Amino acid sequence: MENNNYAIETNDLSIHYGKFTAVKNVSMKVERKKITAIIGPSGCGKSTLLRAFNRMNDFVPSCHVTGELMLQGQNLYSRDVDPVEVRRKIGMVFQKPNPFPKSIYENIAWGARINGFKGKMDELVEQSLRAAALWDEVKDKLQQSAYALSGGQQQRLCIARTIAIQPEIILMDEPASALDPISTLRIEELMQELKQNYTIIIVTHNMQQAARASDYTAMMMIDDQRAGGVIEFDVTKTIFTRPKDKRTEDYVTGRFG
Amino acid sequence: MSTHTNTYPQGDAFNASLKTRYRVATIWQFAFLSALLIAILALTALLYNVVDGAFGYVAYDYKKDPATFTPIPVNELTKEDLLVILKENLSSGAYNKLENEQKLETRTQGELYTLFLERLVQIDTKATWSMTDSLFRSAEIRAEAAEKYPDAQLEFRSWLTPQFLTTPMSSKAEFAGVRTAVLGSLWLVGIAILFALPVGVGAAIYLQEYAPKNWLTNIIQTNINNLAGVPSIVYGMLGLAVFVRTMEALTSGSAFGVTDSNGRTVLSAGLTMGILVLPLIIINAQEAIKAVPDSLRQAAFGVGATRWQTVWYHVLPNALPGILTGSILAISRALGETAPLIVVGASTFISLDPNGPFSKFTALPIQIYQWTTRPQSEFHAIAASAIIVLLVLLLTLNATAILLRNRFQRKW
Ligand SMILES: Nc1ncnc2c1ncn2[C@@H]1O[C@H](COP(=O)(O)OP(=O)(O)OP(=O)(O)O)[C@@H](O)[C@H]1O
Ligand SMILES: [Mg+2]
Repeated sequence: MENNNYAIETNDLSIHYGKFTAVKNVSMKVERKKITAIIGPSGCGKSTLLRAFNRMNDFVPSCHVTGELMLQGQNLYSRDVDPVEVRRKIGMVFQKPNPFPKSIYENIAWGARINGFKGKMDELVEQSLRAAALWDEVKDKLQQSAYALSGGQQQRLCIARTIAIQPEIILMDEPASALDPISTLRIEELMQELKQNYTIIIVTHNMQQAARASDYTAMMMIDDQRAGGVIEFDVTKTIFTRPKDKRTEDYVTGRFG
Repeated sequence: MSTHTNTYPQGDAFNASLKTRYRVATIWQFAFLSALLIAILALTALLYNVVDGAFGYVAYDYKKDPATFTPIPVNELTKEDLLVILKENLSSGAYNKLENEQKLETRTQGELYTLFLERLVQIDTKATWSMTDSLFRSAEIRAEAAEKYPDAQLEFRSWLTPQFLTTPMSSKAEFAGVRTAVLGSLWLVGIAILFALPVGVGAAIYLQEYAPKNWLTNIIQTNINNLAGVPSIVYGMLGLAVFVRTMEALTSGSAFGVTDSNGRTVLSAGLTMGILVLPLIIINAQEAIKAVPDSLRQAAFGVGATRWQTVWYHVLPNALPGILTGSILAISRALGETAPLIVVGASTFISLDPNGPFSKFTALPIQIYQWTTRPQSEFHAIAASAIIVLLVLLLTLNATAILLRNRFQRKW
């Protein structure tokens, strides 16, 4: 509340799978309408942290979270917060495109409908598809199966689906990892447009992508108990040119491991 | 690089080892093929055995010569002729009873002819032969029949006829049919579905989508898996104790004003069958639900769906083909079960159609069992025919399962 520039804040956020601590004591402030990248070696807890942001970890029975995750002055993990509402406000795009086995139109309309959308559905579908830079490609086949789209188109459809419910924050877990370079670039361009209206947090293994597309970068690394933590969080440019931590420098320059 | 080269066989050594691998592969392939052939052989033998009994020569005799009733040759009798003959020759008591069941004028020629054979000339089967014998030893059979039953006529017949399907039980094999049994079986299966499908699918949804994974759900799951293997007669005893006895007021219908019935109704038996297939339906439905990819659930949750919306709009529609197929296959088990029906008290001789849940009933497997225990060979022949009817019913059910699956499996 003290600073409205922050979309989301974590205070000593730790995430445990049973007795194992996967992410430990993360405190970071994610700025509104900026793109924040989370980078780090495989298994350091990037996905775990990202899923904690919209309580997708609730579906892992062994998972529990300690610490605070603040959205507009409210801890999203306090008892009186409904996780469904959290996911309504914080949308997510997954690593593998996962459109619904329905028509393209229905993929976007469904989320809107169950959230009680009252406006004109056709308009919403068009707007969302345009925002996801997919409209021109699919406008003539809205009633066709979403599965008939290419992987990159499917991923943009998933982004459109997320935009359609008008969240405040969009989480993306390696959204381009299954895509070719051209589709990847399109998704990156798309992110630049989306950040006019949305806060974006993206996990990526692609250093160039992080360097090109993001405003802030959080570098994660595991400690000797294999618990992941954010070891450095700064403006992307700083992380890639003058990192403070030696491990960050090794990682972003490809000398890690 | 060169340090690695000796680790793997090269040249001739490699070819030799490849040969051994192919030899092992061939042996296994042959073993699998033999297994398949044995299975096919067993199934063919089963089918053949059934069909063999249902067709073949039969030597029969009339207790009274048809000529004593009419000068017209029997195969030229019209409906009008038959009406007159029946009216003149049946005792008035028997005639009125038949009239009460269904006016004779409204019956077909075939039905009247059957009555003529059954009540007046009284056909009497002397011997029957299997299909194989009839086909390959027909000369010997003719000689044998001519010698042993000089007055009898020899005829190749199918015991499986349209009439066999539409006539009720009779104490004479020649006039017995499976109508009552088929209807009973359909009632049974219908009641079992109505009970077990919603309960089973509901339980499966709860277990898969809602129940926490802890020791309690583990115990429940293990029990369900074990229940699926409990011998069916045990379910019969359960049905007898619970539905027939304890809940008699409900299952006999006396709570609803039905007076002439005890608890041994088609309702009790149907519920027993429902309990019998319940574990199978739960397990099958769980498998179908499990097969729905998690990414789909995540997609739904990711756009702010509740658990219920996720299940209702995504998990269930995608699991439906699997659930239906699994359930129908489970239900088809109920169609063939005999033991529990004997325990809950299926009637062994009944010729009234079941007309409601509180009816007495019999079922195809019971009927078949009954007929096979008779000493007369003509009963074995109609038992074989009834088995064919049962098999066709089973096939129809399974075909429905496949059709439903293809219909709902509209892959986007
Ligand atoms: N559902 C789970 N149950 C138990 N442990 C888990 C689960 N998911 C992840 N983990 C563990 O948590 C740690 C972090 O996993 P996570 O998936 O967050 O890594 P990541 O940084 O996203 O890796 P990658 O870059 O390979 O995707 C790993 O040690 C992993 O084994
Ligand atoms: Mg990951």
